[in-house]
Amino acid sequence: MHAAVLVFPGSNCDRDLAVAFEKAGARVSMVWHKDTVLPDGIDIVGIPGGFSYGDYLRCGAIAANSPICGALRGHVDRGGFALGICNGFQVLTETRLLPGALRRNANLKYICKPVDLRVETADSAFTAGYSEGQEITVPIAHHDGNYFAADDTLRALNDQDRVAFRYVKNPNGSVEDIAGVLSENRRVLGMMPHPERMAEPAHGGTDGQAMFRALIEQLATA
Amino acid sequence: MSTPAHAPRGKQHMDEPKITTDLIEAHGLKPDEYDRILEIIGREPTFTELGIFSAMWNEHCSYKSSKKWLRTLPTEGPQVICGPGENAGVVDIGDGQAVVFKMESHNHPSYIEPYQGAATGVGGILRDVFTMGARPIAAMNSLSFGEISHPKTRQLVHGVVEGVGGYGNCFGVPTVGGEVRFHAAYNGNCLVNAFAAGLADADKIFYSAASGVGMPVVYLGAKTGRDGVGGATMASAEFDESIEEKRPTVQVGDPFTEKRLMEATLELMATGAVISIQDMGAAGLTCSAVEMGDKGGLGVQLQLDDVPQREEAMTAYEMMLSESQERMLMVLRPEKEAEARAVFEKWDLDFAIVGETIAEDRFLILHGNDVKADLPLSKLSSAAPEYDRPWAPTEAPEPLDDVPGVDPIDALKALIGSPNYAAKQWVYEQYDTMVMADTVQTPGLGAGIVRVHGTDKHLAFTSDVTPRYVRANPVEGGKQAVAEAYRNLCAVGARPLATTDNLNFGNPEKPEIMGQFVGAIQGIGEACRVLDTPIVSGNVSLYNETDGQGILPTPTICAVGLIDGPEQAITGCARDGHVALLLGETQGHLGQSALLYEVFNREDGDAPHVDLEAERAHGEFIRANHEMIKACTDLADGGLALAAFEMAEAGGVGVQLDDGDMGQLFGEDQARYLIACNFDQAEALMIAAGRAGLPLKTVGKFTGSNVRMGGAEAPLSELAALYRGAFEAAVG
Repeated sequence: MHAAVLVFPGSNCDRDLAVAFEKAGARVSMVWHKDTVLPDGIDIVGIPGGFSYGDYLRCGAIAANSPICGALRGHVDRGGFALGICNGFQVLTETRLLPGALRRNANLKYICKPVDLRVETADSAFTAGYSEGQEITVPIAHHDGNYFAADDTLRALNDQDRVAFRYVKNPNGSVEDIAGVLSENRRVLGMMPHPERMAEPAHGGTDGQAMFRALIEQLATA
Repeated sequence: MSTPAHAPRGKQHMDEPKITTDLIEAHGLKPDEYDRILEIIGREPTFTELGIFSAMWNEHCSYKSSKKWLRTLPTEGPQVICGPGENAGVVDIGDGQAVVFKMESHNHPSYIEPYQGAATGVGGILRDVFTMGARPIAAMNSLSFGEISHPKTRQLVHGVVEGVGGYGNCFGVPTVGGEVRFHAAYNGNCLVNAFAAGLADADKIFYSAASGVGMPVVYLGAKTGRDGVGGATMASAEFDESIEEKRPTVQVGDPFTEKRLMEATLELMATGAVISIQDMGAAGLTCSAVEMGDKGGLGVQLQLDDVPQREEAMTAYEMMLSESQERMLMVLRPEKEAEARAVFEKWDLDFAIVGETIAEDRFLILHGNDVKADLPLSKLSSAAPEYDRPWAPTEAPEPLDDVPGVDPIDALKALIGSPNYAAKQWVYEQYDTMVMADTVQTPGLGAGIVRVHGTDKHLAFTSDVTPRYVRANPVEGGKQAVAEAYRNLCAVGARPLATTDNLNFGNPEKPEIMGQFVGAIQGIGEACRVLDTPIVSGNVSLYNETDGQGILPTPTICAVGLIDGPEQAITGCARDGHVALLLGETQGHLGQSALLYEVFNREDGDAPHVDLEAERAHGEFIRANHEMIKACTDLADGGLALAAFEMAEAGGVGVQLDDGDMGQLFGEDQARYLIACNFDQAEALMIAAGRAGLPLKTVGKFTGSNVRMGGAEAPLSELAALYRGAFEAAVG
C-alpha cells in the first residue's frame, strides 16, 4: 500500500502519521502543500494533525484552500481513501469532504489526554480491525474538537451508520459525543483522537495500531 | 557595501534625543557605567549607541553581577560536548548523537502580559535549541506564582499556562514535565522558567562564532517590528506600580512562524550554507550580531535599510533593540546563497543579506546615508562591567520549635488539598504531551521520558527546586535542588548526564540577596561535582522584586538523564500485594517541610541537609537493581506520606504504612526513595542492600482500597478525589 501524508506549514504530526503507516507496512510519500498533484499510485491520503497555517482564520480553513487540496478532492472524488486526524479532520470538514464543523472545546481550553472511544461501526476499511461496540483508548490533543452538525446531517450520519467513534465520556462538548465520522462511501474518515499516538507498546497502548493494520489489509485486497 | 564617505563618526542627528542624565538612567545605566562608555569610545555616544550599550550591559545580557560566581560551577566532563557560553549546552548520548538543552526565564514579561510573556519564553528557548542544529524533542516549565488568594494569581496562572501551551502545542514539541508552586513571595513577581531539549548529530552542532572576512550576514525569519524594544532592560529592573506602562515592552509570539523557522533552519544547515548562526533573543539584532563577531574575533557592519520591517519609519535605535520574535542571524557561505535563499522561500520566510563581517574591530550600523553607531565591537561584551557585589552569608536558621501532633490523614489531606501538592493535570492537560509520538512518560509523577526517535534509547527530564529550603539555607538548598533532580532521574532508571540551571533571585545590590545567590551557587556546584552532573547551560534572572520585596530564592535545576533501553526504564505502577520499601535514612527532619507550611502555616527551622555521597550510592543502587523494582519514586516535599499516597493513587491501590510517627511520615530527609515490588523482589533487594551496606527497610505494603498511616485511615477514593480536584478548585 502506498500512502501520501500531506505536509502543510504548521503540520506537526506528519512524521507521527507516516511512522504509523510505515510500521503497519505501508510505503509513505510526504507531499508538500504547494504541490498540485499526488504521486502516482496513492491508495490513501493522510492529513495529519498540527496547526496548518497556524490555525489562522479557522482551523483547517486555509489548508482547505491550498493547492494540494485540489488534488485531495480529485482523489476522493475518484473514490480514493483519505484519513484526517485532528487538524486533518478540520481540513476535511473545511473542504466539505466530510460534513459538520469543529468548534472550540466547550471548556475553552486545549485538552491533551487519553480518552476512551466506543467503536460505532466496524463497517469501513478504517475500523474493520475493531468490533462494533468495542471500547478503545486513544489520546486527544486539540483546542477545537467540539464536533457540530445540523440535525438533518446528524440524522443522515446515524441512519447511514457513518459515526465511526463516539467518546465514552465527552471531553469537548461534541454533539452526540461524536469523535469521528465517515463519508457516504465510507472511504474518508475524519477523527479528532490520534490513533498514531497509541500505535506501539512504547506509547503505553496499541489500540490505534488496529486501524493502520486494517487499512493495509483492506486496501491491499481492495 | 561601504561606509559613506562623509558620515562623521558618531554624528548626532537632529531627530534623536539628546543624551542627558535622565536618558542614561532610563536606559538602566549607572553613572560609572556611562563613564566607562565615554572612556571606551572617547566621545559622547549617539542615541543608538546608548541603546546598544544599555542592551549589552544590562544584567540580563551581561551577567555582570553573577559572572564571578558562575565561573565556579563545574561545567566539564567526558559527556560534555559544549558547556555554557553558546545558545545551549550539548551532551553526548552515544551512537554519534547529542542532546542539546537549556532553561531560561521569562519572569518579568509574564507578570506584565502572562500569555505572550510565557509564550515567547517558550519560543525563545526552543530557538536556542534549534539554533544549535537540534530538533526540539521535549519541553518543561517551572512556574512560581503568588498565593491563590492574591487578586492577580488566578489570571496569571490561566494566562501563563495558556501561553506555554499555545506556543509549544502549535510548534509541536511535547511538554513532558515541570513544576507549579504558589507562595506569597511571588505575589508581585511570578517566575516562568522554560526548558527545551533537542536532538542532534554530535558532529553537526552549529555554533555562533563567525569566521571569514567579507562574509554575508543574513537575516532570517519574521520581520522586525517595534515590539520588545527595551525588553532586556525592563527585565533587569525591579518592579513597582508603574508596570502596566511597561506592557509594550513585551514581545508577541507566533509559534506558526517559529515552526517554519525551525524547519527552514534545519534544512538550511543540511545544505552546508551556515558558517555561524545565532538566534535573536534579548536585545535582538544587537546581541546576536555582537555575539557572532565577538566570538569570531571579527567586526560586523549592518545596513539597516535591508532589514525586513513590518512597521513604517522604524529608526536605527528601534531596529537594533527590537525583540520581535522568530528571527535569526546567520553568517553565510557566499557560494551557497541561492540554495539557502530557496529554502527560506519554500517556507515563506524572510531571507535578507543585511551586512557583512569585517576585519576591523568595529560594530558599524548604517541607516540610509548615516552612521548610526560605530563602536569597538569586542568592547561591547568584553568590557562590560563585572561586579563583585558585596554579599552577606545567610544566617543559620533557628532550630525548629516543637511541631504539634496532628492526625496523619488530616495532614495528608492538607497537603493534597493544597494547589502546591494537588495533582496538576489541570495544567499539563493543556499542553500537548505526546506530539512526535515518542513520549514514554507524560507529566504527573516524576521525570518525563521521551524515546530518542528511531532508537531504543530514552531521555528523562526533570525540573526541581525547593525555594523554602534555599531561603533558610542557601548552600543546602542549592545542593538539594540538584539532589532531587538527580533522584527523579534515577527513580525512572535513568543515568543522570548533566544539568542546566535557571537562577531566580531578588536584587543583587542587596548583600543578603547576593548572599543567597552565592550560597546557592556553592551548593549547586558541590552537588554537581559529586553527582557528576555538570552544568552545561543556564540563565540568571535577578531583580525579581516588587516594591522592595524579593521572591524566595529559586534556583531551578533541570537535569537530563539517559536510559539505554526500554527494559531499563522504571515506569511501572504499584499493584495490590506489592511491598513498600524505603531506601535511605529517616531522621524525621521537619524544618521547612511541606507539613509545616501547609498544616501550620510555618516556615521555620533549617533545610534538610544533603549527604551527596548517600545520594550517589542510593541512586546507583536503584539503577543497578531496576529489574527488581516495579515502581519507584523519590521522596521530597511531604516525605514518605505524600510519596506513598501518590504511588498508591497512580496504581489505583490502597497503601498501609506501619509507622504513624509524624517525622517518619512527613520528614523530608534527603537521599530517599520509595520502592514498590513483589515479595520475592523485596527479599532480593534487601540482600543486595545489605551487601552494599545501604539502609533499605520495609515500611508497609500496597493493598486494599484505603490509605492507612499508623492508626489513621481513609478511603483512597476520597483522598484521590481531593487530590485530583483541589488544583482546579483553587485556580479554575
